This record gives sequence, structure tokens and C-alpha cells, in this order.
Amino acid sequence: MQPLIELRNVTKTYGTGDSAVHALRATDLTVRAGEILLMCGPSGSGKTTLLSIMGAILSATSGSVKLLGQEIVGIKESRLPDIRLSNIGFIFQGFNLFPALTALENVEVALTLKGLSKSAARKRAQELLEQVGLADRMKHHPADLSGGQKQRVAIARALAGDPKIILADEPTAALDSQSGQLVMETLSTLARDRGRAVVIVTHDSRVLHYGTRMVHIADGRLEEQAHGVQQSNQIEHEGVTA
Amino acid sequence: MTTLAWKNLFYDKVRLAVTLTGIVFALILIIVQFGLFLGFLDTTANVVVRSGVDLWLTAPGVPHVNGAAAFPEKRRYKALAVEGVDRVERFALQFAQWKLPTGSQESVQVTGFDLDGGMGGPWNIIAGSVEALRGDDTIIVDQLYLEKLGVKGLGDSIEINQRRARIVGLTQGIRSFTTSPYVYTSFKNSQNYTLLKEDETYFLLVKARPGVDLQKLKADLKAAIPDVDVFTNDEMRSLTQSYWLFTTGAGVTTLMGAVLGLLVGIVVVAQTIYSATVDHIREFGTLKAMGARNSYIYRIIIEQALISATMGYSLALVAGWFVAKSSETGNAAILLPPEMAVGLFFLALAMCIMASVISIRKATSIDPAMVFKS
Ligand SMILES: Nc1ncnc2c1ncn2[C@@H]1O[C@H](COP(=O)(O)OP(=O)(O)OP(=O)(O)O)[C@@H](O)[C@H]1O
Ligand SMILES: [Mg+2]
Repeated sequence: MQPLIELRNVTKTYGTGDSAVHALRATDLTVRAGEILLMCGPSGSGKTTLLSIMGAILSATSGSVKLLGQEIVGIKESRLPDIRLSNIGFIFQGFNLFPALTALENVEVALTLKGLSKSAARKRAQELLEQVGLADRMKHHPADLSGGQKQRVAIARALAGDPKIILADEPTAALDSQSGQLVMETLSTLARDRGRAVVIVTHDSRVLHYGTRMVHIADGRLEEQAHGVQQSNQIEHEGVTA
Repeated sequence: MTTLAWKNLFYDKVRLAVTLTGIVFALILIIVQFGLFLGFLDTTANVVVRSGVDLWLTAPGVPHVNGAAAFPEKRRYKALAVEGVDRVERFALQFAQWKLPTGSQESVQVTGFDLDGGMGGPWNIIAGSVEALRGDDTIIVDQLYLEKLGVKGLGDSIEINQRRARIVGLTQGIRSFTTSPYVYTSFKNSQNYTLLKEDETYFLLVKARPGVDLQKLKADLKAAIPDVDVFTNDEMRSLTQSYWLFTTGAGVTTLMGAVLGLLVGIVVVAQTIYSATVDHIREFGTLKAMGARNSYIYRIIIEQALISATMGYSLALVAGWFVAKSSETGNAAILLPPEMAVGLFFLALAMCIMASVISIRKATSIDPAMVFKS
């Protein structure tokens, strides 16, 4: 099966000359459908940089980045929004919800970006929020939701475009243990049942067992971790299903 | 309109109030400063603008309407002989001393016009009538200056250059830019008040036949009567306005005030809109990450600017209208003509859109570090 994400020899250098920061050095990485890839590493090691390159919001300095087989290094910048729109769902540590919009409207924004009509967007947004267990919170603004609920709204929003790739940067860092578990449940179900690739940057040792694979980054270099990660299909979880 | 633009604006009421306050005050500043400037221009040349004159004949070298010199009135017959001339009327505008009942003096500008033709006569009569000026020693003054002139109203008598004058009419809003109010009277009376010789006049006012080319008529008059200057009404207006504008401190100050008001207004609006946009920068970054195109983000930002501009403008216009209204009875005229109101709307739109375009660059170059920051 074709990999969803394929990085070959990717480097990223911020700035030039004396102030140049080599955030990524010669990175190879392949992520397939159904995988939950965890990325760990110390602060400043290049995790967010790598995730941004995979998500087509940051361009690599050199190397090849393929999303669903399509090379994105060197293509016109104006084509990137559409690639993100149809392939990528982002989840952020700080949720990044639109505070002025209700949970429902937050998800609708993503759907209207996809070109859905207002009524179709509303219907689909309701379904997505039901899937993440927020049927009774649709009319709430982000300020009136708990951290875990906000992150589930963000997940529903990330899923709006039905992307094959979900990229999450520290999705549970701002959550208590129980909310974190629920969010990870939701994400792992997406990979397991829907054949998506989920890449999660995390420091959170409580969620490590959700991964199917784990890589470690230090100083811009990637290292595959052979151990410490259980196969997700070995554990049975209660929780929401997508 | 996108939902996001509206909701972003109205969600944070305090933020909205701050934005609108900035825009409203900037626009009121512009209204007041420009209104003063327009009021200045109007006041300096109102007697010219409202005169109904086609061409002004003056003694050679007269710089503006308030600086007339006497010349023989018989030139009138030469003017009447020029093809295209319909009427020629005598007109006086000259400073004179007004003696208050208390004995002190005020300077006034005696305005003597032809009662039959009416060019250069008063407007906005609120009491008495122009016809009453047919009586000897009769005058019309503006009610704005009653107190300054030490009189109560109709029927009061005083002296102008030692000659009796009785008030038989009142006007409203005929301001004088100088400290000397206009006093209307018949040309015949004005000869007495201004000590003009029987066979002299300060101006000859020409009314052209309908459809006559005024530039050609001006040249013809100049050729027929070499020892007068000929001005169109527009030329006389702009000569008078520039004279008062540029040779008096007050004029330059008003002009500077208008220019500064405009600059400060633009800066305040730009700053207000810019900070309102930058406040939402993280949301725009998120939208970009979600796959929104730049055009979508431009649209939201510009819509927010348009909504703010329209609301700010509406509030400022109401306030400006009250300011202009209350200036009608005050010392300085603040004018808010419809053209200015319309112009101001487009100015507000342009300012808001420009300010948001400046902030757009910031919003559309997403920094991944920014969207991923907790
Ligand atoms: N826009 C930028 N300009 C210059 N240097 C940058 C920029 N963004 C990141 N860096 C540098 O690149 C390196 C990798 O940064 P990155 O944000 O990817 O680290 P990270 O692993 O996500 O760290 P953290 O765990 O703290 O989020 C760091 O040294 C950082 O200072
Ligand atoms: Mg990071």
C-alpha cells in the first residue's frame, strides 16, 4: 500500500549564515495508513518543524516530501492550501478554536472551506460533534467548554475535510489525565478504524501506549524507537468511536 | 459576508467599543477640522457666492471683494453697450464706522446693492424685507451680530459714519469673516454711509444674457473698457478666499488644522483597525493551516474593516450633524455639506481598508511556530 507520508532526506534550516539553525538534518520517515506515530524529543529538537513540513505549512530546505504520493517540495505556494484542505487535519496544543463561534460553527467553518452549502455543513458538523461525544455542547462557545471538550471540538473540526492525515502537536499537554485519555481514544480510533495516518508529538508519558510506532528526535535527527510502544490492537479501550 | 467576520467583531463587545470609539473620534476630528475649513471658505466669500453676478467690474488692481476702490460709474454705459450684457448694476462694499447707542464704535462693511436688480443683496431674511430698504436711511443686519452692534432688532436706530440708520430687516447666518459685520442697504444709501461721490461706484455687477459665453464676454468687456478689471464670479470668489486664507494667520491655521485632522484621523483609524486585525492573527493562522486560501482571509479582514467603517461612520455623522447644527448660532461656522458627508464615507472606507491591507500581510504569512504555540 502507498504510504500517506513519505519524507526523504528532508532538511530544514532557519535563517542563514552565522544565525542559521539546522532544525532538521537528513530526515527519512514513512507513515502508512492505520499508523499512530508518536514523536518525542526534548524541547527545541525539531518536532514542530517536522510536523509543519509534513502538514505543508512549512517548506523543507531540501529533500522530498510526498503526501499521498504527491511531491510537495518545489510546487507553487498557491497550491498548498488545497493540498492541506483535502489531506491534512491539524490538532493543536492550544486548540486554536475560534472563540467567537460556537462549537457547531467552529466545525462548520472547516466544512464551508470545503465548499459545502450552509445547510449541508450544519448537518455534517452535527454528526461530527456527535461522533466526538459533544452532542449536548454544540451551542457552547469555546470559553464555556472544558479543555478536553475543546480539544474534541478541534478534532471534529480537523476531521471535517475527511483528511487522510491527522497531525497533532502536544494534543494532551493542556488536558488532565482523563480528558487526555479520551482525546487519545478518539485519535487512535481514527487510525485503527478509518485507515488514517495519525502523527502525534507528545511528551505525555500517559499516552505513549496509544502509539503503534514511536520516533525520537534529538537535535534535528530522527531515531526509530524499537521498544516502549505497544501495538494498539493489543489493548482494548472503552470510549468514543469515530 | 462571512459569519466569522461578523462574529469576530461582535463577540468581544469591549474590543468593538474600543475600535468604534477610535474610528468615531477620528472621523469627528476630521469633520470638525474640515467643517471649520469649509466654514472659513464659505464665510470669506459668501457675498460673492450668493451674489448672482456673472462678471465683476472693479477699479484696476482690486485684489478681492473686500478691498474695493471707487471708480466712475459712467463706465456702466460702456459696459451696457457690449454685446451679450443684459444688466449692469452698481454695488458697494466698504468699511464704515458704526456708532453704538453707548457711544463706542464698531467697524462694519456697508453693502449697497441695486434694489431693482437685486444682485449682491442679502439672503435668509427672517424679519422685515428688502423692499423696506427703499426708505431713506434704512439697513438690514444679521441677527448673529445684534449684540455686537449694540441693538435689539427691527426699528432700532444708530449712526453709520455720522448718518442715521434704522434697522428694517434681519437676516440669519450671513457671517462676516472679518470682525466687521455686513450691513445691507440700498446703493443710494450706501453712497452716504461710505462717503462715495455721487458719480462713483465700487463695483459694477454684470448680468449676461442667457447662454452667453462668459469668458468671451469678459474679454469683450475688457477690450471695450480698458481701465477696469473684469472677473468672473468664480474668479472673484477664489481671489477672495485665497486672500483671506493665505494672508491671514487664521486662514493658514484653519487649513493646517484640516490637514492635521485628516492625518491624525487616518493614523488613529489605521492603528485601530490594525490592532483589531492583529488580535485575531492566531485565528487567521489557524484558518491557513486548515487550508483556507489567502483570498478567504483577505475577505474576512476586509469585511471586518467595512463593517467597522460603516458603523463608525454612521455614529460620527450623527455626532457631526449636531456639531454643525450647534455651530449655526456660534462664532465659527462648521459646515457639513452633503458632498463632505459622502466624501467622508469613502474616506472612512478607504482608511479602514488600507489599514486592514497593511495588517493582511501579517495575517497571511503563517508562522507554524505561531499556530502551534500553546
Ligand atoms: N521560525 C524560526 N526561526 C528560527 N528558528 C526557529 C524557528 N522555528 C523554530 N526554530 C528553531 O528550530 C529548532 C527546532 O524548533 P521546533 O519548534 O521544531 O522544536 P520543538 O521540538 O517543537 O520544541 P518544543 O518541544 O519546545 O515545542 C529550535 O532550535 C528553534 O529555536
Ligand atoms: Mg514544538
